[in-house]
Order: sequence, then structure tokens, then C-alpha cells
Amino acid sequence: MSEIRFSKDHEWVKLEGDTATVGITVYAQEQLGDVVFVDLPAVGKKVEKGKEMAVVESVKAASEVYAPLTGEVVEVNAALSDAPATVNEDAMGKGWFARLKIADKGELGGLMDEAAYKAYVEGLH
Amino acid sequence: MTAPANGAPQVRTISGNKGLQIEEPLIFEQGMQGRSGVDLPAIPQHKDRLGGLKRKSEIGLPGLSEPQVVRHYTKLSQKNFAIDMGVYPLGSCTMKHNPRLNEKMARLPGIGDLHPMQPVSTVQGALELIDRLAHWLKVLTNMPAVAMSPAAGAHGELCGIMTIRAALLAKGDARKRILVPESAHGTNPATAAACGYVVDPVPADERGRVDLAAFKAKLGSDVAGTMITNPNTCGLFENDIIDIADAVHGAGGYFYCDGANFNAIVGRVRPGDLGVDAMHINLHKTFSTPHGGGGPGSGPVVLSAALAPYAPVPYVVHGANGFDLVEQDGKAFGRLKGFHGQMGMFVRALAYMMSHGSDGLRQASGDAVLNANYILAGLKDELTPAFPGTCMHEALFNDEFLDGTDVSTLDFAKAMIDEGYHPMTMYFPLVVHGALLMEPTETESKDGLDRYIDVIKGLAKRAKAGDAAYFHGAPYHTPRRRLDETLAARQPILRWKPEAPKKAAE
Amino acid sequence: MRYLPLTDDDRRAMLRRIGVASTEALYSDVPEKARLKGAVDLPPVMGELEVERTMSGLAAKNLGAGSCPSFLGAGAYRHHIPASVDHLIQRGEFLTSYTPYQPEVTQGTLQYLFEFQTQVALLTGMEVANASMYDGATATVEAVMMANRVTRRSRAIISGGLHPHYREVIATHAKFTGFEAALAPADAVGNEDLAKMIDANTSCVVVQNPSFFGHVKDLSGLAKACQAAGALLVVAVTEIVSLGAVTPPGEMGADIVTAEGQSLGVPLSYGGPYVGLFATRDKFIRQMPGRLTGQTVDVDGKRGWVLTLSTREQHIRREKATSNICTNSGLCALAFNIHLTLLGEAGLTKLAQLNHATASRLADRLSAIPGVKLVTETFFNEFTLKLPKPAAPVVEALAKKRILGGVPVSRLYPGDAALADLLLVAATETVSDEDIAAYEAALKEVLK
Repeated sequence: MSEIRFSKDHEWVKLEGDTATVGITVYAQEQLGDVVFVDLPAVGKKVEKGKEMAVVESVKAASEVYAPLTGEVVEVNAALSDAPATVNEDAMGKGWFARLKIADKGELGGLMDEAAYKAYVEGLH
Repeated sequence: MTAPANGAPQVRTISGNKGLQIEEPLIFEQGMQGRSGVDLPAIPQHKDRLGGLKRKSEIGLPGLSEPQVVRHYTKLSQKNFAIDMGVYPLGSCTMKHNPRLNEKMARLPGIGDLHPMQPVSTVQGALELIDRLAHWLKVLTNMPAVAMSPAAGAHGELCGIMTIRAALLAKGDARKRILVPESAHGTNPATAAACGYVVDPVPADERGRVDLAAFKAKLGSDVAGTMITNPNTCGLFENDIIDIADAVHGAGGYFYCDGANFNAIVGRVRPGDLGVDAMHINLHKTFSTPHGGGGPGSGPVVLSAALAPYAPVPYVVHGANGFDLVEQDGKAFGRLKGFHGQMGMFVRALAYMMSHGSDGLRQASGDAVLNANYILAGLKDELTPAFPGTCMHEALFNDEFLDGTDVSTLDFAKAMIDEGYHPMTMYFPLVVHGALLMEPTETESKDGLDRYIDVIKGLAKRAKAGDAAYFHGAPYHTPRRRLDETLAARQPILRWKPEAPKKAAE
Repeated sequence: MRYLPLTDDDRRAMLRRIGVASTEALYSDVPEKARLKGAVDLPPVMGELEVERTMSGLAAKNLGAGSCPSFLGAGAYRHHIPASVDHLIQRGEFLTSYTPYQPEVTQGTLQYLFEFQTQVALLTGMEVANASMYDGATATVEAVMMANRVTRRSRAIISGGLHPHYREVIATHAKFTGFEAALAPADAVGNEDLAKMIDANTSCVVVQNPSFFGHVKDLSGLAKACQAAGALLVVAVTEIVSLGAVTPPGEMGADIVTAEGQSLGVPLSYGGPYVGLFATRDKFIRQMPGRLTGQTVDVDGKRGWVLTLSTREQHIRREKATSNICTNSGLCALAFNIHLTLLGEAGLTKLAQLNHATASRLADRLSAIPGVKLVTETFFNEFTLKLPKPAAPVVEALAKKRILGGVPVSRLYPGDAALADLLLVAATETVSDEDIAAYEAALKEVLK
């Protein structure tokens, strides 16, 4: 069963078996404005929870995207290079960034569920 | 498209031009093969020595006659706002009047036509000029040495950090961290990182200055130094600057000062008296050399006695036999650019300094601070100052006054354009929300400032009255209205390309 | 003081409005002991006449390369600049405008920068170019640092034919920003083999064409060797007019081309300000340093230009920027743009031919002098001569005869005895037949 989890840095994770799909949240893309470019990691790269995994750029800002879980990049969303606007249009779906083969499902426990994330975002203002 | 709020009818012309606003295509769209705006003599007989590497392909450059070229660039110039036209209150840029005497001096025969590799014996006057400018900079800052070669402020920062690193390496430990206020201009952390340092950000206190306690807490034996702008990017003088200098020296580090805001204190405060070890001076800010659409600049770096030995080559020395240019020095950290420095800007800056004189420079900095405070006093009730009290040469506001109006700092700036002003610096420094940083400089008249203040107040009132739509659609009267920066970044078109030849019909 | 509009009455009224007693009161945050009580010890205000007199006095102590026969090159070249160029760049809307951060009121600047970027790409045979850097030397070191980023390697091989100042700038950056610069020895003869220096850690090979000593080479073989090793080929051009006659580096397989643009539109000015050119391939644009102007449309659908891809730059990316550069060389880029627009394809091609013809004829005359040998066989407008004695004193003696006869290589390679007899001689379209005759006679005299 797949369940969505959220990090404090506004990344979302959807786990299916050993594979986690990662992207940024609707709130994150709103804050960024129009996305113009996504700098994705190379397939095969090993990423660590909390460390930089990708960079998402708008016209006026470049934001680091941190790996919400430790693992290895097995797939990236190449379609974003021609259509970065997808991140704005469908951040939780077609705007996904990368798929990771994760090392430790236990790390999921440290992430927020949908309700907790919603409360967290409301608390930010 | 929103119609202009004043209800003026949209005038349609046949050409698309609007009186003095004339459309102008690219040179590549007007060229004709074979045409040229330059006449050259016939090629004399000669032996070909290009070794078979003669260019065979066409370059693809357009051919225009002189009248067409003059018209092209004249029309382009008319699409620019400039200091020569009106108030250009860009904070931290010091958009003061660019005296034309400076342009005349830079073009004097015997100055403008000197080749950098002429024998030193043939350029004694040039070396004397550089030495004289260096003298003015040293006296104004009370520093014993100055590196003249950096080409701009950021280049000066590189010079300063490399000098500091060289001095530390000479003691056996380059160290790891540099402390940089969160309000710093982006060139500061970029420079520190380029030299291999970790940038450790220092927070500001509620008065907009470096938090001295937080600063001291971050010091350690791995701190190479600190990069501090003073007056700072919020337009405020760092009260604790001498304590900050003492603290970093006590930890064995050096104090680099970003001199971008030197215009506030020239002739009134000397960075050498504050404990500065290295400071770049933007000749294109404080000393009026023209901004020219984004450059060229010049960023000489004044140096303390501790750092002077490591200054880069080349440098001018004055000996018994006249002036010399030292181009090799084992102790120097190295070389930063080709040749000797931005001589064209040296001439202009020296002409400016000589024109003002010591008393005039002191008057100029005082007027710069007076003008900024006059703007602050005039606007502080309608806009929201970011910090309490008076300011130095620039006035900083946040966007609280726009709360609830649906007008952003950006929208406000675009409306200023239609009023005949270049917008102030926006969204910098990053530590202030929706920042509006206004620096009038000393070359604005009181009347001009009164008009400016009235207009800004009027715009603020308009925003608060709920006319957000007007601001969202601004500007209305410029050759181009708001441009799509997202499109430019998503689909970069960075040059003109000839159209692909059309396919032949079936 | 003529640049200061405020009167004492104004100041009094403004101080009242602000609510302080004096301007000095506005400096209350400055520690008391650091506040200067009076003006510093420098001369007082001066009118225009006195400033002109002082500057003219300094100018009179110089022998201007514009006023006598001059054969100086070594990275900066005396060319004739058409009168329109200087008039146009001094229009206040160009001279006193700023970086085009507000594009609605700076379409003039943005359009000329877009034209400039296109011209640089066309000249160098590359796909894309930036809106200028400080000069050729700093553009070249930025290319090395970009190559390091792109290849994720850290060893740059530096040709012995690259301008010594450019080599020194690269070596300085290598030491302080953490990469290795492998400097090949000075290549006066033009026969170095850089390909054999390439290894698995090589990020780039940097060459100059025409070289510092004048040699013009086909770099395609070297380009292939670089490609095979996964390294980039960086080619520097110090005499941009050469690209009107010589195959451009882009067609030889260069990955990055840097250049000094001074030869077009920019006066010699004792070494600065000049204009650095930087061109590369489309696939590398996000790793490029410097400002970039891009085409777009406004809300009315009209074509216009903006600064773009700014997330590479320091004001956004801060410590992760591709470069710390902010101010570049805008007005010099405009001068370059205007001069090249006046020349056009036909004019630049002819200008280049004229340069080559003049230099070739000069080379014939000088190498016919007994004891003088022409070292460079293939060149554009600059070549190396080997004299029968050290070149530096010869140049001093020629200067006393008011002839600027070239740059002794020893000035840039001091302490290298093998190079002491070498003289770099350049001849542009500004060299007349009388100049050539005068030089020949003077050199014969000095070498007696």
C-alpha cells in the first residue's frame, strides 16, 4: 500500500515496495513561482536523507531539494527538462522528480503524514 | 491587457511607432551583403602567410552604411533610462552624476592612446597618474597600500580574499571559515566560496546591524576573517565596527570590508581607523566613473600593513629614477588580470577627485546622507521604514505598507517607471521582506527630491486605496511593457539565428 | 561645488524637516574617535581648467602610441576606430545607464547586448556567447573553472603559446581556488605537443590561436585528442580581428572560446578597460559565467529582451554561483558592437586582410636585415623576430628615436635567457609605408 509522507523542506515521498517517488509539494511550487528548470541527479547516484539531491529554479531563485530518505536514484523524470512547468501544474503527480531505491523503510517514520504536513504549513504563516 | 487608468485612447499608427518612440529591428534584420560603413584602402601585394588556415566560411555579419548604424544606435539609446534623465535611486549602486570632464580627460592624447606594453620610460606620466590616484585613495582611507589592478568590485573582493589567504598561508594555516552577514551582497559569499572557504552566515540584530554577541560566538581559530559591508546593505553604519575588527583580529583573522557604500563616509570616516585590513572601492560608484549599461568598473583594494606584502602584481613604485611598474614579485599572491588595471577609469576617478578636492568630497558625502534622510523623513509615514532612526546614504523600507493591497514591491516599482523614475533597488537586502532600497546620492536637488517624495507618497496612497489593477498592469508608457522572464528562462534564445531555408515546393 | 545642487538654505530646510541640528548629527553611529573633524590632507576643490592643466601635464610626459610609428601587440592592438563609435557610446542614455535589471526602461542596452552576443558567437564559430567579462585573461580563467565544473576534473593543461599574463592569472586562480594548472614551457617555435600531456584528470587544454608568439595553427587534431579523453578544448584569441581571416576556433572543434575584444572599438588606454568575450556550446549554457541576454515577449506580445538564466549568478546563487562576477564591461561591449556593425562582413574581412598584408610586408623587410631572423612562419598580424642581441635594450633605443618597435619577450618572460633575443612585432592597418621605412632604418641603426 502506498502512502504519502512529507518532509519539513516541502518534499513529498510515495513509497511502493522498495521504491520511493519524490517530488516537491504544492506549497513549495507556489512559493517558488514559475519553475524554469530542474537540475536532477544522475541515475545511480547515492543520496542521503537530508542532503541535497536536486535543485529547482524559478526566474528569481534556486532552491535545493533534499532527499527525504537515504537510497539510490533509479529513475529521474526526464520529461521535466522540456516542460518544467509540469512542476507547477501537477506537483504531486506528473511533476515528480526522481525515484529512489531506499535502504531503510524505518526512515519514513521521521516524516509527516498528510494531516501533520497541512498543519505544519498553516503554522508557517 | 489592462487599459491605462487615465482612460487615454489607444492610438494606432501605420508604422507602429509612437512619435519619438520608434521601433528598431536587430542589425541582422537590416543588413545587406557587401555593404559596409567603413572605407579601407586596397590590399597591397604581400606573401600569404596564413598557412592554409584562411577562413573559408562566411561569418554571417550584416552590412550597414554609416547613416544606418548611427540611426540604429541612436534609436536604441532612446529606449534607455539614464542618470542624465532623472532620479535613479538604486540603493548600493550610487547612481550619481557622471561629469563630462572625466570623459574629456580619458581621451587626452598621451593618455587614451597609450599601449600597455610600451617601455616604462615612455609612460612616466601614466605611472605618475596611477600613483597619484593611489595616494588619494590611501589618504581618504588611511591605509598604507592599495592594489590597483582589480577590474570591478567583485574582482576587488577576490583580490582581498586571496591576499588574506596568502597572508594566512605564509603563517602556515589558510583556515576554513569566513563570517559573512546574512544581509551581504551575493558577491561576498560567492567570492569566499570560490577561494575554498565555508561561508558562515552572521545574523543581524533588530536594529539591522551585525549581532556582535552572535559574531563573537562564531569566532575560532579556524576563522580566516570576515567580510562586512560598512555602511551596511541596510544603509546603516555598524556601530560596533571597531569591536568587530578587534574581535576578528583577536582570533587571528582579517577584516575585509566591502566598500560599495563608501559614498556615505568619504572624507568623514577612514576605514583604516576602523580596523579594516582590506577594502575594495568601486570607482564606478563612489568616484563617478560611468556605469555604462553594466560596466566597465574598477575595484582597487586598499590594504593594511599586514596584507600589503601579498598584494598582486603589477604595481607602481616611485624611486629615485622615476616611476616603475613591478610585474614580478615572489611574495605577491599572483596576478588577477591582463595588463595593469582599468586605466581609463583611473583617469576619470582622479579627475573627479581633483575636481571636488578634499573639502568637496566631504561635502558630497554629507549631502548624500542628507538627501537619503530627507527621503526617509518624507516617506516614513506613508511607507514602512525597515529600521528605526536615521540612515546613512540610503533609505530602506519593507513592504508592510502594502499589506492587504495585493500590490507587491515589484508592482510598485513598475508604477514608478511610468512616473519618470528608475525604480529603487528591490528585494535586496534579503533580510528585509519585499525590500525597497533608495539611494538618491548627493547630485539630486532638493526640488527634485520634493517631487520624487510627492510621487512616491501618491503611489503608496493609490495602492492603499485599492487600485491594485493599475499596479499589476504597469508600466503602460514604456517602449516595452512587462516582459515574460519565465519564457526567457524556459526557452532560452540567446542570439539571433538566420531563418532555416524554406523547403522547396513540391 | 559645481556637481552639488544643494544650497546652504536647502540644507537648513532639510535638516529641519529631518529633525536634526546638523549633517554631523546624522553620523552619530560612527564611533567618536573615528569621526574626522575636518577635511583630509588633500588639495581643495579645482575648476575644470585647473584639472585639465594637471592632466595635460601628466599626458605630456608620455609618448602616445597614437602619435608615432607603433608596432606593439602582445595582447592589445592599435586599430583605427571610426569616429561614430565614440560619439554614440557617449550618448548619455548609454553612458549613464545601468545594468538592465528593469528591462522596460533598458531595451536599448538589452538589444545591443543581444546583438553583441550574436556577433561573438558568429565570429568564434560557436553556438552561444555571454554579455562580456572584464578582459581576455579573466574570461580564459573563467573558462578553465567552467571546464572543471563540467568535467568534474581539476587539472588544466596550459599551452606555452598562451599569453603569459593569462597563464599567470590561471596559475593564481589554481593556487587559490583549488585546481592544478600544468604549465607547458614557453613555445616560441610553435612545435609543442600538448596532446601527450592529457590524462584522465584533465578538465581542459587551453591554447591561444594565433599564439602569443604569432603562430596560427590548425587545432582540430588537439580537439580530437581532448574529446577522446573527455576533456574540453579552450581556445583564447587575443587579436579578435584575426577571426576575419583565420578559421575560427569553433570550426576547429573548440568547446569554449575566450577572447580579448579590445581590437574592435576599444582604445588602448594603457591596458584597460577592455572587454572579455566568452562563447561556448548550447549544452553548457547553465554552466556559463557572466550575464546573458535572452529574447522574449511583453504583455502586448511585442518582442523584447531581458537578462536571463540569472540563477547561475552571484546575486541569486551566492556561494553556489558559477562566478562572482557582477559588473562586466557593458560600454566596451557596445563600442565593440558598433565598430563591428560599421565594418560588417565585407569590412571586417577586408580589414583582416589589410592587417595580414601589412604585417607580412613588414616581416619581409625586417627579416632581410642582417642578423634578424623571422621565427614565426605562419601568422596573422603579429610575429616573433630573433635579434642578434637582447631585445629589451633594442626596444629602449628605438623608443628614444620615437619608434615603438615591438614588445621584448623578456618583459613577459624575465629571467629566461633563451627568450631574451626575441621581439614580438605587430602591424595593423594603422601602420603606413612610411612607418615601415622608418622602423627598418632605425632597427638597422640600432643593431649596428
